[in-house]
Amino acid sequence: MAGKKPGREVESVEPGEEPRLFHIGVSPHIRGKHTTTSIMRWVIAALLPLTAYGVYIGGTDALVVVLMSVVGAVATEAVIQKLRHLPVSIGDLSAVVTGLLLALTLPPGLPFWMPLLGGVVAIALGKQVFGGLGHNIFNPALVGRAVLFISWSEYMTTSWLVNPQAAAVQTSAIKSINAVTSATPLATMGNVRDGELALEASRYCGSLLFGNPWGCIGEVSALLILAGLVVLLIKGLVYWGIPVGYVGTVVALSWVLGMDPLFAALSGGLLLGACFMATDYVTNPMTARGKLVFAVGCGIITVVLRFYSNLPEGVMFAILVMNGFTPLIDRYITPRPYGHKGLVKKV
Amino acid sequence: MGWVRNLQRELFTKGGVHPPSNKIAATVKIFPGPYPETVIIPLSQHIGAPCEPLVEIHDRVLIGQKIGDSEAYVSAPVHSSVSGEVTGIIGYHHPTGTEVRSVQILSDGMNEVHPSVEPPGDPMEMTPQQIRKHIREGGIVGLGGATFPTHVKLAPPEGKQIELVIINGAECEPYLTGDHRMMVERGEDIIVGARVIERAVGAERIVVAIERNKPDAITLMRELGAEHGFEVAVLPARYPMGSEKTLIKGITGKEVPSGGLPMDVGVVVDNVGTAAAIYDLFYEGMPLVDRVLTVAGDGVAGHANLRIKVGTLVRDVIDFCGGLVGEPGKAILGGPMMGLAQYTTSVPVIKGTSGIVVLRGETVWHREPAHFVCIRCGRCVRHCPMNLMPYLMGSYSDAGMWEELGPLNIDDCVECGCCAYTCPTKNPLVQLIKVGKEGLARQQRKMEELAEEWEEA
Ligand code: SF4
Ligand code: SF4
Repeated sequence: MAGKKPGREVESVEPGEEPRLFHIGVSPHIRGKHTTTSIMRWVIAALLPLTAYGVYIGGTDALVVVLMSVVGAVATEAVIQKLRHLPVSIGDLSAVVTGLLLALTLPPGLPFWMPLLGGVVAIALGKQVFGGLGHNIFNPALVGRAVLFISWSEYMTTSWLVNPQAAAVQTSAIKSINAVTSATPLATMGNVRDGELALEASRYCGSLLFGNPWGCIGEVSALLILAGLVVLLIKGLVYWGIPVGYVGTVVALSWVLGMDPLFAALSGGLLLGACFMATDYVTNPMTARGKLVFAVGCGIITVVLRFYSNLPEGVMFAILVMNGFTPLIDRYITPRPYGHKGLVKKV
Repeated sequence: MGWVRNLQRELFTKGGVHPPSNKIAATVKIFPGPYPETVIIPLSQHIGAPCEPLVEIHDRVLIGQKIGDSEAYVSAPVHSSVSGEVTGIIGYHHPTGTEVRSVQILSDGMNEVHPSVEPPGDPMEMTPQQIRKHIREGGIVGLGGATFPTHVKLAPPEGKQIELVIINGAECEPYLTGDHRMMVERGEDIIVGARVIERAVGAERIVVAIERNKPDAITLMRELGAEHGFEVAVLPARYPMGSEKTLIKGITGKEVPSGGLPMDVGVVVDNVGTAAAIYDLFYEGMPLVDRVLTVAGDGVAGHANLRIKVGTLVRDVIDFCGGLVGEPGKAILGGPMMGLAQYTTSVPVIKGTSGIVVLRGETVWHREPAHFVCIRCGRCVRHCPMNLMPYLMGSYSDAGMWEELGPLNIDDCVECGCCAYTCPTKNPLVQLIKVGKEGLARQQRKMEELAEEWEEA
C-alpha cells in the first residue's frame, strides 16, 4: 500500500489478523469542554469580587469567617470520603463553593469555631449524608447556616455590631435611620411593621445597592452580586428564570402588600439567595418550567415569612422548603417529548 | 400551502449544541479518490435484508454490474464499483462492527462499464412506480448516513399525501463538508434529482435546507431556486439541525409523531447526496457505486472531499490523504457526534459513509466516570432536541431498571449525542441509552412470552 506508515501493521487484507490500532467507543466522540470542576471554578470566580469586597468591609473578622468555613467544608468532604473508602473528590471544588456560600451568609465577627462548625455541618449533614454530590436534597450551605442560625441566633443577627471596623463604615447609615436597636432593616420591618419606617429605610437602598454595611459578608453589595450573576448567565451556567422569577415574585407581592418593592428586593439576603443559593444545580428542578415554579414558590414563601412571622428573614427557609419540593416538581413537571401530544407525566 | 413556516425568518427549534465546526475542508473541491487495487463490497450496506451474491469467485465483473440483490422489499441491491475479477466472497469487517458477507474484487484497472449502465429514459415521463423501480435497481439508499432504501422512503402508503420534499443540505456534523461541496459544485444536478423525488411522491414543493454557516451554498442555491422554482430554508448553525425530525420541526413547525415517519406529516426528507445519486442514475445511467465523503480530523495529514468508490478500504483513503499523523485515537466513519468508531482502518467505505474523521488521542479521550455521576445541572435536559430526560434514562439504565425507561420514552431518542456532549461529568449517556433500549426491548419480549405461557397454561 502506498504511503504506509512504518511500524504500523495495517497491511493484511484478511479479517481478524490485525492489531487493534484505534480505540472504539460509543458516540459522541467529542465532548463539550465544561466539567464539574470548570463550572465550580466559574461559580467561585463569580463570587470572588463580592467576597473580596465583603472582606474589605468586614476586615480580618470576615476573612476568618470565610477561611474557616471553606476549610471546614473541604476538610469534612475529604475526611468523610476517606472514611467511606471513596475517591476523594475535593478537586471538583464543589466543597469550596459550599464553604464560600456559607461564609457569605454569615455575619463577620463570629467566633472562629462557628463558621468552621458550619462548614462541617454543611458537608456532613447537608451533602454526604445523602451520598455526596448530586444526591443531596437541600442546599448544603443553607443547611449549615440553618443549624447555626437555630443554635446561636443571637450571634447570627447581631454580631456585626461588635465589629468596630464595620461599625465605622456603617456610622453614617445608622445615624440616618433610627433603627439601631434592631439588627437588620428587615428585622425592623418584621417587628415594627411600620410602613413609614420601611419607606424611610428605602431611601437607603442606594447604600444597599452600592455598599450595604448591614448584615452578612455576602450582602455588602447588591451590585457585585448581580455582576456575579451576569458572569454565570453569560457562561450559560444558570437559568435566568430562577433569579428573575424569585426576585420578581418577591417584588410583586411586596408591592401588593404595601411595602417598598425596591427595599424588598435589595435586603435580607434575597439577591444572594436568588442568584447563588436557589440556582444551586443539585437542589432545584431540572426543567425550565420546573425551575420557574421553584422560583415563584421561593418568592411566595419568602414574602410570607417576612410579613407574617417573627423570623427576620425568609430567604433561607424559603429556599430550603422549596428544595424539599424539588423531587415532587421534577416528578410532575416534565417536558413534552417531541412527537407526543400533551404532557407525559409518568416518571 | 400555509403550513410551511415563513422561511425568511429565523427557524427555531429546541435543544442542540454548538460543537466546534472544524469544517476545514469546506473550500476544497471534490476530487476523485484513490483508485483501489482491491475493493471489498459488503452485501449489506443498508437498513433491511442483506443481499445474496449474484456472482461467483473468478467471475469477471464490470463497473455498474449488479453483484448482489435480495427478494425483500426493504433492501437495495449492490453493484460493482470497479471492473475486475471476483477473488472471494468472504466475511469481512463492516463499519457497524460486525462481520458481513462481502464480495472481494481485484481491479484490472480497465474501468470497463457494464452494458446495463444506460439512462433509463426521461423520469419526468415515468410513473411514480417506474421511478421507484429504477431507484431500487440503482441500489440507492439514504446517503446522509441512515442508509434507508430510498425506494421505500419514496413510497407513501395509500391515503398519505406528501406535499413537501425537503432536500437536506444542513450537514450539521462537525468536520463534514461533502454535502456543502456537492451543493456548490453540483447544485443543478441536485435540483434535477429533487424533481424526480418530487414526482415519485407526488409532492408540489421543494425546500432545500442549508445551515447558516454555508453562505456560498446558500447564495448559489437561492439563485438556482429563483430559476427553477424551489425555496431555500436557512437554518441556524446548530447540531443536530440536520437530524430529520429536528429539520421537519424547524421548517414546517410540525412534529413527526412518536414512532411515525416524516410521511405522517406529509414530508419526505432526502439528503443532497441522495438527490445527486438519483440524478446520476436517471441521466447517466450509473447506479450507486461511489459517493462523496470528507476526510478530516487532526489525526490525518490532509483534509479533502473525495469521490470514493464503494468498497475502497478506509486505510487506502487515509494513505491517499497523506497518512496518519500524531498518536492515533479514533478512526470514525461519519461525523464525530454520531459516527461509528472503527478499531481498524481495514473496513470498506460503504454507501452510508459520509466521512472519515481521524482524531488524535488527546482529542477523543475523556475521563468518563466509572459509574453514573449526575450533578443535576440540567444541561442534558436543556439541550435534548427530543425533549427527553437523559439524566433519568442514564441513571435507570446504569442501574439496570429497564421497566422505568418505557415511560421516559427512551425509544424516541435519536442518539444525537447532545446530552453526552454537554454533560459536565462526562456520563456516557448515549451508550447508557443504547444499552437501556436493548434492555427494555428484552424485558418487553420476556413479558410477552410470559403472558403467552400464562394464556396457554
Ligand atoms: S437523549 Fe437522545 S435525543 Fe436527547 S440529547 Fe441525548 S442522544 Fe439526543
Ligand atoms: S448533563 Fe450530566 S450532570 Fe448534568 S443533569 Fe445531565 S446527566 Fe446530570
